[in-house]
Order: sequence, then C-alpha cells, then structure tokens
Amino acid sequence: MATQHSRAAARLMISPAVALLLIWMIVPLTMTIWFSFQQYNLLYPDRTGFAGWSNYVYFVTDFRFAPAIRNTLVLVLGVLAITMIGGILLALLLDQPFWGQGIVRLLVLAPFFVMPTVSALVWKNMFMNPVNGFFAHIAKAFGGQGFDFLGQAPLFSIIIMVAWQWLPFATLILLTALQSLDREQMEAAEMDGAGPLSRFVYITLPHLTRAITVVILIQTIFLLSVYAEILVTTNGGPGTASMNLPFLVYLASIVDNDVGMGAAGGVIAIILANIVAFFLMRAIGKNLDA
Amino acid sequence: MARRIPTARKTLTTAAAWTTGLVIFFPILWIVILSFKSEGDAIAPPLTMLSAPWTTEAYTTVQERSDYFKHFWNSVVISVGSTLIGLAIAIPAAWAMAFVPGRRTRDLLMWMLSTKMMPAAGVLVPMYLLFRNFGLLDTRIGLVGVLTLINLPIIVWMLYTYFREIPGEILEAARMDGATLRSEILYVLTPMAVPGIASTLLLNIILAWNEAFWTLRLTAANAAPLTAFIASYSSPEGLFYAKLSAASVMAIAPILILGWFSQKQLVRGLTFGAVK
Repeated sequence: MATQHSRAAARLMISPAVALLLIWMIVPLTMTIWFSFQQYNLLYPDRTGFAGWSNYVYFVTDFRFAPAIRNTLVLVLGVLAITMIGGILLALLLDQPFWGQGIVRLLVLAPFFVMPTVSALVWKNMFMNPVNGFFAHIAKAFGGQGFDFLGQAPLFSIIIMVAWQWLPFATLILLTALQSLDREQMEAAEMDGAGPLSRFVYITLPHLTRAITVVILIQTIFLLSVYAEILVTTNGGPGTASMNLPFLVYLASIVDNDVGMGAAGGVIAIILANIVAFFLMRAIGKNLDA
Repeated sequence: MARRIPTARKTLTTAAAWTTGLVIFFPILWIVILSFKSEGDAIAPPLTMLSAPWTTEAYTTVQERSDYFKHFWNSVVISVGSTLIGLAIAIPAAWAMAFVPGRRTRDLLMWMLSTKMMPAAGVLVPMYLLFRNFGLLDTRIGLVGVLTLINLPIIVWMLYTYFREIPGEILEAARMDGATLRSEILYVLTPMAVPGIASTLLLNIILAWNEAFWTLRLTAANAAPLTAFIASYSSPEGLFYAKLSAASVMAIAPILILGWFSQKQLVRGLTFGAVK
C-alpha cells in the first residue's frame, strides 16, 4: 500500500537518524585507526609522522597488556557465571506464587538502577573496607579480623560489585521469559510422571534458551567496557591486578598522553567487542523475522 | 483454573523470596540508614550505629560543601536533554520504518544497532581530542550530544517495536470513515503511540542518568553530573561515610523511582525487543 510518495516521505523521515549515526560511526572510528598508525604523544609534540605497526607492538608488548586481557576475560566470565546461575535460580524462585511478589520484584530489581560510581564506592567503603566496613564489623564481632578485599582480592571484589549490578538484569529478563511458559505443558509433563529436575531440563531450560543467549550477549557487551567501577576503587591495582582493557586504554591515552598507543589499544578493544557483537546481532536479527 | 497451592509451600516460598530480596536490596537499605547518622556513628559497629540518634546533618553538609544541586541539575539537563533530542530524531525514523517498511528496513535497523557495539574506550582518544579542539570539554552541550548519539539506536529500536504493533488496518478504517490526515494523526495514531514513546523516554533517561564513561572522562567541575560528582568521593578526606551515603541516596533515589515505574517496559527496551 506504500506509494511512491510515501516512500519518499519515509526516506526523508529516516535520513536525519541515519546521517547522525553514520557520522558518529565513521568520524571517531577513522580517527582512532588513523592515530593508531601515527606517532602522537602529547608530551613530545615534535615527534610526528607515520608509525607503522609500532603503536600496536608497544601496546601488545606493554607489561600491562597480558594482565589486562586476562583480567578482562576473568571479569566478563566471572560476572556472567554469577549472574546467569543466580539469575536462573532467582527467576525460578520469583516465578512461584508467594505473598508480596510485587514488592520483592522491586527489591531485586533495585541494584540495576544504581549508578556505577555509587555502587562501587558504597561496596568499597561501607562494605569491603578492612577497618570500618560492614564485613569487617561482622568478622570482628566473631573475633576475626577485617579482610582487605580490594588489596588482597581486587579483581574478585570488582566482580562482586559488578555482579550485584547485573544480577537484577538477568533475573528480570529470565523471569519475563519464564512467565510466557505454557503452564498446561508443564502440568501434562507432571501428570506423565516427570520430576521437577527433568521438567526443568527438558521444558524450562529449552524455553529459556533465547532469553539466556540474549542476556549473555548483552551483558558481555557491557562487561567488556567496565570502567567506572575500576576507576573509583582500585585504579587497576595493586600493580596490574585489576586492570582491564578499557582501563589500560584510558591509562595509555589520557594518563600517559600517548595518543598513538591509546588508539592502537582502542582498535584492539573494538575488534574484541565486534567478535561478540557479531553473535549478538545474529541472535537479535533472527527475532526480527519472527 | 488456578491450581491450589498448599499454604505450607507458599509460606516457605514467601520466606525464601523475601530473604533473597532483602539480601540483594541490603546495600541500598544500609546507605539510607547511614545517611541519617552522624559521621562518628556511621563508622561504628552495626548495632551501635543503629541505636545512635538520627540526624539529617549529612544531607545539609553535602549541599553546603559541594553544591550538590548544581550536579543534580547537570544530570537532569544531560539525561532529559539527550533523551528529548534523541526522541525528536528517532520518532520520525521509527515511524517510517514501521509503517512504510522497505526492502532495506531490516538491514538499516541492524546497522543502527551495530553502532551501539562500539566500545567507548575504542573511540576515547578521538572524542577527547575533538572535544578539546572544539572547546566542548566540561560543557553540558557536548555531553548531551554524545549521549544522544550513543542512545539513539536504542531509542529507534524501542520505538520501532512499539510502532510495529499498531495495526495498519486501523488507519485504513479511519480513512474510509473520512478522516483527514490531520485527524488521523491526532485522534488515531497519537493515542496509540503515546505509551510506547513514554516508556522509551523513561528507559532512556535512566540509561543516560547512569552513564559512567563519557560523563567521567569529558567533564570536570562545571558540567559534571552526579556520576562524576560521586566519583570525587573516591579520594576523600576525614570521615565521610554519612556524607557519601547522603549524596548516594540523593543521586539514585529519582532514578530508582522512575525505574520501578518502568520495569515492565525495561525488558523489551534492554533486549531490543528480543524478549517481551
């Protein structure tokens, strides 16, 4: 029913959004790639010119690079493990009938709305501080001593903070998916003698597959760029113990003023994110046809 | 045909669900309590702290010492501003894609989504230099621009999934009944589109309010929104638990309330329509 006229109008309506996103995509990306092949250090403005692959070589051989990649992966996988297992269990629990469902839902959802800097600082000071933190007080009440979470187990502590923020996301989405499960199919299986475990494995889990995929992929995109939580708690330390890739890019480009090297790190971060994005886009694209 | 649930089982589930809910919510509850204590009491062991007198001292101090409301206002301007501009650009686009779908509509949507996959750290260098050269560092207008661009794909997507559910036949019916284009838009389409636009607005304000990469890197004293203001507590002097709690409570309260209202729409928006 679309006429020639309405097609032209539609193109006109879409073009501002497309033009803006095109600029947003092309300009910074081209600049990042360009800088990554240039000698460009704000501290040495006289050294300029084509750098070849040297920025990449410097970035990859930097002593912080290997720990940063490892930490990035540990952070992503650690948070995913906690939020997926916790999220499925929580969704199953909240899907049962109980008194006060609405209120408990709100309580569980709340951490998702807490801004990253608040969440990180509250965990760092009010809970994980080895002297005055909540955990330290509890330990002391039982005759123990406060544990220096961020000094002794920095990456683990950051994983806990980030997982606390993302658990509600996983739970909410899995719960929504769970609620569209066909109850009659469940009851039929029950009457045929399927136990709770086999009902979960053969009916619930397959039904949740798509939601689980989407949660994993979306979380991965965000978790690959965790930054604020590290900035306000450990600054990547002690040493390189809690440094991830985005944080290293920030250190190289803004703190060390080496624009070229930071840009090379940025290109590496983009490649890493795009590998994940490829699979996410396929999962979402499939849904568009349905 | 609700099945009868044994009361014993329901009681057990209720206990388990409430316990889990309260454990997850506990850090937020805790800072609300701490924010109404004096600095000295705030670092005391929990039982001593709980029995200490209540005070609103921390709230007054935060405002006096750090001009809290300036940062609050920055957050409002940046999140609401970027959302409104985003909507103004996205509504026509999503509208056209939903009602006049072409052969390339699907590719276009996927491409828009792909721009969202670019990690912020990847383009930190050029953005920082562009901002510096155009004098946009530490300005609200600069941040509004960046946040509009990073959230535009989500806005378009969310609106598109809502608009697509408006049946096209209803327009034809209105036309048959002799509705003019103007009354068609005013009385038929707008009422059906408003709920979708409203939930998109809410979700996007939440996302922009909590954005903590560009707001931290591109602002200093003047344009800093609450994310950056709170980050200044990472290297504090003296006792600060009550003040940090008060500042945190004020920073998250508005968005927590907005979020609770929009929780139903959240799922659709955050999964780009893949889970409803």
